[in-house]
Amino acid sequence: MQDVDVRLTQVTKAYGDVLAVDHIDLEVLPGEFFSLLGPSGCGKTTTLRMIGGFEQPTSGLIELHGEDVTWLPPYQRQVNTVFQNYALFPHLTIYENVAFGLRRKGVKGPEVEARVTEMLNLVELPGYEKRKPTQISGGQAQRVALARALINRPRVLLLDEPLGALDLKLRKQMQVELKRIQKEVGITFIYVTHDQEEAMTMSDRIAVMNKGHYEQLGDPETLYERPTTRFVAGFLGISNLLGGKVVGAADGYALLDLADGTRIRVSAALVAGRSAVSAGVRPEKIRLNEETETVPAGRNLLHGVVTDVAYIGVSTQYIVEVRGGARVMVYEQNLERATKSELWSRGEKVQLSWNPDHTFVVEASPADAPNDDAAE
Amino acid sequence: MGTLLKRHRWIAPVALLAPGVLWLLVFYLYPALQMFQSSFWSGTLETGFTFSWDNYTNYTKALTSYAPMYARSIMYAGAATVLTFLIAYPLAYTIAFRGGRFKNLLLFLVVAPFFTSFLLRTISWTILLSDDSPILRVIHMFPGVPPEFRLLATPIAVISGITYAFLPFMTLPVYVAVEKIDFRLVEAARDLYAGPWRPGGAIVGFIVGGGLATVLGVAFEWDFLITGLVGGVTGAAIGWFFISESFVRVTFPLSVPGVFAGSLLTFIPAIGDYVNAELLGNPDTTMIGNVIQNKFLTQNDYPAASALSFMLMAGVLVVVAVYARILGTEELSASAGRM
Repeated sequence: MQDVDVRLTQVTKAYGDVLAVDHIDLEVLPGEFFSLLGPSGCGKTTTLRMIGGFEQPTSGLIELHGEDVTWLPPYQRQVNTVFQNYALFPHLTIYENVAFGLRRKGVKGPEVEARVTEMLNLVELPGYEKRKPTQISGGQAQRVALARALINRPRVLLLDEPLGALDLKLRKQMQVELKRIQKEVGITFIYVTHDQEEAMTMSDRIAVMNKGHYEQLGDPETLYERPTTRFVAGFLGISNLLGGKVVGAADGYALLDLADGTRIRVSAALVAGRSAVSAGVRPEKIRLNEETETVPAGRNLLHGVVTDVAYIGVSTQYIVEVRGGARVMVYEQNLERATKSELWSRGEKVQLSWNPDHTFVVEASPADAPNDDAAE
Repeated sequence: MGTLLKRHRWIAPVALLAPGVLWLLVFYLYPALQMFQSSFWSGTLETGFTFSWDNYTNYTKALTSYAPMYARSIMYAGAATVLTFLIAYPLAYTIAFRGGRFKNLLLFLVVAPFFTSFLLRTISWTILLSDDSPILRVIHMFPGVPPEFRLLATPIAVISGITYAFLPFMTLPVYVAVEKIDFRLVEAARDLYAGPWRPGGAIVGFIVGGGLATVLGVAFEWDFLITGLVGGVTGAAIGWFFISESFVRVTFPLSVPGVFAGSLLTFIPAIGDYVNAELLGNPDTTMIGNVIQNKFLTQNDYPAASALSFMLMAGVLVVVAVYARILGTEELSASAGRM
């Protein structure tokens, strides 16, 4: 029991008839970088705000370190928040902003100064004490917001899309920075974002949320390589989904007949007894071969025609229309090919093959069941 | 045209400022200078007026004869400003933070009295406070209220009238300032352990409530120790429950520019007001505005009236300067404006 930092049990938040958060169970471990990832309106921010104490759940239980805090106001929780637009106090200096929490707790003179200095060093803003929030940049405000929260040594730090307002370059920089700071202070981070790349870069575990609950929870690799729902497969990266019927099993694999009659193999464990599923494969897992080449046995194999080529430097993206009509996205690293004549060209007939172990399985959907499998 | 404006960048701002500047020159600066000149006049309307710097005695005479009226004006206007603040702040705060979809309706109600003439509103107060009004009858039903107790023609009536008349001038600027405050700042403060402010709030409440009740007690010649104590305890209770630390540390400091604007908009017209003292007061509640009005329009003593007006203006300027200094408006309004 004690080694869970934050536990949500059947937490629900309703606004009128709308369930913003729908019976969520969640356990966040100490020292973990945990992300709530999802599109806007999926309930991730509401979940965070309930942990912070800004919203009260309609039903359910929230525990911090085994203590029930469901009804405690924010100022009685050992939790601090980094707000989306930082919410720095405009009338106070950076020093007083950072010292705010300590002063409310009655910490006195020399200790306040020592800890503020320590924090400003941690976020690499020494010498900014006397500035006002209006006199610093967005990236600096972000760091001040972080220092203002961390100075209180919370058990858990909540971050609500803290990098959303920064430009791309700064965001990448801050991602590395945040991870460094988290390692350094060893505090549990709960991070809300709609940016899958951001979540994957920093998180130990991610809960992918949709419509008030999470669809899948796991480490970034598992979520990417083995998404279990079509929502997760689509939200994290690009995936090709091919609907099929389970027709048999062999050697731990299930045999799947696609719409055009092609038979492919997927892990039987992933099919889990279902009779109709959609098989998924990531674009970079597919290898393209000429029609005449022999593809090694044991690989899943499709035939198609290249319909689109986009050269993007490090790789080339192809859209291949397979027999049966589905359009499959393929990324090929430009290791051997570089010039235009060496790339696959539009109209060329190709074989697509990939390792059955790199195939994931999501629920079947009418969208790609009959004949029109979707490439995202 | 476009190139002309571009080449001579000074044209546009000058053209935009011109109407206002012209207006002030003709209708403010010229009469003010005229009035300054007439404050050094001597003579009467019949004999004609003559100017001389030696007539600075107009000022010394005005000051020695009418010092009590100046003092009373400052007191009444000050009391009314404090009262409008105490009424308007919770009102504006509630409309801004809790008004929801009724925000605009509530704001409309705040300014609704302006649809009636100022004079008419004051006259209706004389009816409300008159000795045989329902309000007075209800008050007289309470045991211990002396039969000679009345409201009309008392300082309380004058201060109440001024408070009522200028309430929107306080409410609107405070509303604008509070409404601008990002509620996430309050959440951030609460997140950073700003909780209820119980003892602090109780002390502030005790001082404000006690002060008001004591003034009331003195005015009505009640036992002001007891009334002060009752008011203090009531204020302390209100402060205990309603003043939170996030309000003291964040909301209120950020709304100070609005309070500043509101109190100037209340205090300055209130100190020169004479209608309320005229209609709701008695000879002992004469304010400086009544004296000036009387000198100008009844006695035609232009020199004395001008000197009185000028001193009032100078006094107000000094008060405003000191007040602005204390609140350091520029920085505050700037930071609130950039939010």
